[in-house]
Amino acid sequence: MSLFALIAQETPQFLPQNIAFGVIAVISVVAALKMVTTSNVVHAALYLVLVLASVAATYILLAAEFVAATQILVYIGAVMVLMLFGVMLTRAQIGAEDDLNHDQRWIGGLVAALLLAVMSYALIDHYGDDRLPETIVPQTTAEVSDEIFSTYIVPFEAISVLLLAALIGAIVVARRD
Amino acid sequence: MLLNQFLLLAAVLFAIGVYGVLTRKNGVLVLMSIELILNSVNINLVAFGTFNADVSGQVFALFIIAVAAAEVGVGLAIVLLIYRNRRSIDVSEADMLKG
Amino acid sequence: MLSTTSLFAVSAEIADPVVKTNLLYEWVGLVPGTMALSFLLILFFGKKLPYKGAEIGITAISLSFLFAVAMAFTWIIDTQSVLNGDKGETAAAVVVDDPIGVGETAAPLIPLAEEGEKARVTIDPIVKEFDWLENGNTTFGVGTLVDGQSVMMLFVVTFISLLVHVFSTDYVGGDRRYTHYFAFLSLFTASMLFMVLSTNTLQLIVGWELVGVCSFALIGHWWEEKANSDAALKAFLTNRVGDIGLLVGMITLYFGAGGTFDIIDINSQAVAGEIDHTLLLIASCCLMAAVASKSGQFILHTWLPDAMAGPTPVSALIHAATMVVAGVYMIARLYPVFWDGLSISGSNINLMALMGGITCVFGGALAFVQTDVKKVLAYSTVSQLGYMVLALGVGAYTAGLFHLFTHAFFKACLFLGAGSLSHACHHTFDMREMGGLRKIMPKTFATFVIGSLALAGAFPFAGFWSKDEILAGAGVWPGTGGNGTYYIPFWFGMLTAAMTAGYMARVIWLVFMGEYRGHAHPHENGNRITVPLMILAFMATIAGFLNMPKPFADFLGIKDAGLAFEHWVEPASVAHFPAISHASPSLSLAIVASLVAGAAAAAVWAYYRRLHQMDPKATAYTDSFVANNKLIRAGHTMLVEKYYLDHLYTHLIAGGTKGPLARAAYWFNQNVLDGTVNVAGRSTASLGRFVYRYIDQGAIDGAVNASGLGASGSGQVLRGIQSGKIRSYATLMFGAAALLAAVFIVVV
Repeated sequence: MSLFALIAQETPQFLPQNIAFGVIAVISVVAALKMVTTSNVVHAALYLVLVLASVAATYILLAAEFVAATQILVYIGAVMVLMLFGVMLTRAQIGAEDDLNHDQRWIGGLVAALLLAVMSYALIDHYGDDRLPETIVPQTTAEVSDEIFSTYIVPFEAISVLLLAALIGAIVVARRD
Repeated sequence: MLLNQFLLLAAVLFAIGVYGVLTRKNGVLVLMSIELILNSVNINLVAFGTFNADVSGQVFALFIIAVAAAEVGVGLAIVLLIYRNRRSIDVSEADMLKG
Repeated sequence: MLSTTSLFAVSAEIADPVVKTNLLYEWVGLVPGTMALSFLLILFFGKKLPYKGAEIGITAISLSFLFAVAMAFTWIIDTQSVLNGDKGETAAAVVVDDPIGVGETAAPLIPLAEEGEKARVTIDPIVKEFDWLENGNTTFGVGTLVDGQSVMMLFVVTFISLLVHVFSTDYVGGDRRYTHYFAFLSLFTASMLFMVLSTNTLQLIVGWELVGVCSFALIGHWWEEKANSDAALKAFLTNRVGDIGLLVGMITLYFGAGGTFDIIDINSQAVAGEIDHTLLLIASCCLMAAVASKSGQFILHTWLPDAMAGPTPVSALIHAATMVVAGVYMIARLYPVFWDGLSISGSNINLMALMGGITCVFGGALAFVQTDVKKVLAYSTVSQLGYMVLALGVGAYTAGLFHLFTHAFFKACLFLGAGSLSHACHHTFDMREMGGLRKIMPKTFATFVIGSLALAGAFPFAGFWSKDEILAGAGVWPGTGGNGTYYIPFWFGMLTAAMTAGYMARVIWLVFMGEYRGHAHPHENGNRITVPLMILAFMATIAGFLNMPKPFADFLGIKDAGLAFEHWVEPASVAHFPAISHASPSLSLAIVASLVAGAAAAAVWAYYRRLHQMDPKATAYTDSFVANNKLIRAGHTMLVEKYYLDHLYTHLIAGGTKGPLARAAYWFNQNVLDGTVNVAGRSTASLGRFVYRYIDQGAIDGAVNASGLGASGSGQVLRGIQSGKIRSYATLMFGAAALLAAVFIVVV
């Protein structure tokens, strides 16, 4: 059964969400495609912003507000600025460049298509018509933080150490001697 | 809403990210594609978290965001170093792994 | 494991737990703690101290040893009182139904020697555990588990470690990394004790790996020489192979036992049959791989002889007495898992017994051709470890552990003896450079001979008793009983007994008899070297009496002394240990085994004697007998080449995978990735490259390179895979992942 037929059987209460999802999905896929094909580095970065924003919107659809907020703050706020700094510091050309891609793009395309095919098959085969719960109870920030600071305290600490290590590592690698 | 809507969207973004990693020559663009891959994984985690009504999905999504931030920092530092040493961030020229 | 009542399944009934505890059992964690602290102190302050940190290490290990001795004595007293009917502190109050007939009112001593074996009860393990960390719903604990097995190990490790510390002050005196050496000795002891006392499998893995790291550091102590650092790397990498097995096995057990790391819990479930047999089989096979690497079992044993590159006291401590028995210890710790998984009971062969049997024979054969005295001892260790694994494999639990116990003393004695020889003979271990040392080094000679006699299993030295119990435990000899009829392991064991006596006779002849062939001026060593030797020789003499068979104890007139070790160490009537049936001692078997060993020793001795009469300076290698007989020469070469296992690993396996893989990647790189588009533009260039690579280089290097290209990964071929292009690596990785996922989908 096709995906669209399944979506069509949707209960009417999810109609607005489904429309929103359609819009978000189209935006993110198109932006992502543009990002990996554009010949302008700065444009690529801006397309990435678009993808990240639509991913944040997806989180909101999934009732994960805190993750969505973090996504916007960390990715669109911090990571993208870093990326643009990277572009700037490596003195990318202003405007289009013609030497951003490899010659043998078809190999990359082949591998990506193979991956997509395998994953899609597995997903459709296994999660065919599983639906999200009729009433999605939003998981509050308080619940998320409770979980992080009780159950997952050890991974949390590990990540703290990782960030520290990355900080020091980045300074050591990039500084001029 | 179907669970698969989200999972398939994530799969498509993942594949596009892989394509980007494999075809881009510019180091910064490769890093951006990696961000795309990580984001698609996050969609999966959050979708499963909602599907199972379990907070753990979101928790791990947050962890991945943190790790991605660290990864970008170190990755950009490496790209900068390569640029400084070779005046180019073409990853296809970086073949010094050759023994 | 010799008992007079083999017909009764002794541990089948589960008694009420007998709980005993005291401060020593509760605080045993202080022992590894002290050693770890000592490691830190030596590391930070060692160099500034008058004795360069050795004093901290020796103080710490002495304290640990005293603790271990105190605990061993308390344990023995407690065990004996429980044997005599004491029901412990808490259990007595709640006893309602008494399944074994030791009522509170009855209270008479259960006569041990007669039908009393049925009633043997042991103290419940004393577990003290802290939550180390919590993740998800799983808690990871760390703690101490005190039972007979860990008390025994604690004693052995601290005892040998103490003597090795003392010995080392002289032996490595003046070394440039003296402080570093003592720091690692401390860390090693700490991690071994940490592993020995582990309450859960996770802690066991941590201890196991820590021991491996220390071993790496100590083998490579003199890393300036390439051979030494190579040996350290080899030990480390070979152990990694087994560690995969350890991880997989432990994870299988974790899930099989319903999500627990607790050793006692896992064992109880395995005994009660709550874990699926197939899972237990998988887990035991994986864990056997770990045992094979850590305890030097056949095909992964190759690192152990190379590990002799480390300082000799380290070899004694790590590669003879303590670390390598970690695998054996782990089997004993999780014995119910193996018992059920490998179906030890009532069988006549299983993986463990076979692996042990093969190892002891093959290791023993290798010991015959070594010229380096330490290597002989190393292969002898491999062989004796095989013996222990064999014992556990045939269901002779106590015999295996008892052999571990006795072996620790005499092997440490022999290794330190070898160290003493080398210290005297200008740092050589080559037996061709020795000879006639018995008059020059009488103390070393005497202790070395005692160690050899114990190793060869001569009455009444330690090895005799433990070896004999293993042979009886195989259940083949008439009237022994046991857990099955393990014919092949039994004959392997018998053959090994003969070989052990043979190669030790050879060593003693070459080192101590005849005339001195070297160029140094040997001398007897000082007290710090000879006193540890004498202590160890003393232990090697008497340790065997701890587990005399009952009839022999009765014969000597000390009734309760029979099977003391078994009573102290082996759990009985508890829920977490399988019902092992014990073999009975056999006088005829003991006599036959001794005769076989004696005959082998006599034959070797006579051979060298004759050799000596023909040419006083000769060692076996100039002898015509070996040189002229084709068959013997072929066998000899094979032994010298160590069954070509190292060749197999480095050339066939490593080279074989590298070669085709390299060629495939090279082809892919050249033809698919670069080729397709570039052919037109760069054909000239690639032609030039081709000419350069194959014709120019080929012409220069000639046939060597050509064969390299064809068969194994020579430099030419390897250059192909190492194109260094990240992109092609990434493409290969993603492509392979996608393909594997597709395969996975199709298969599952």
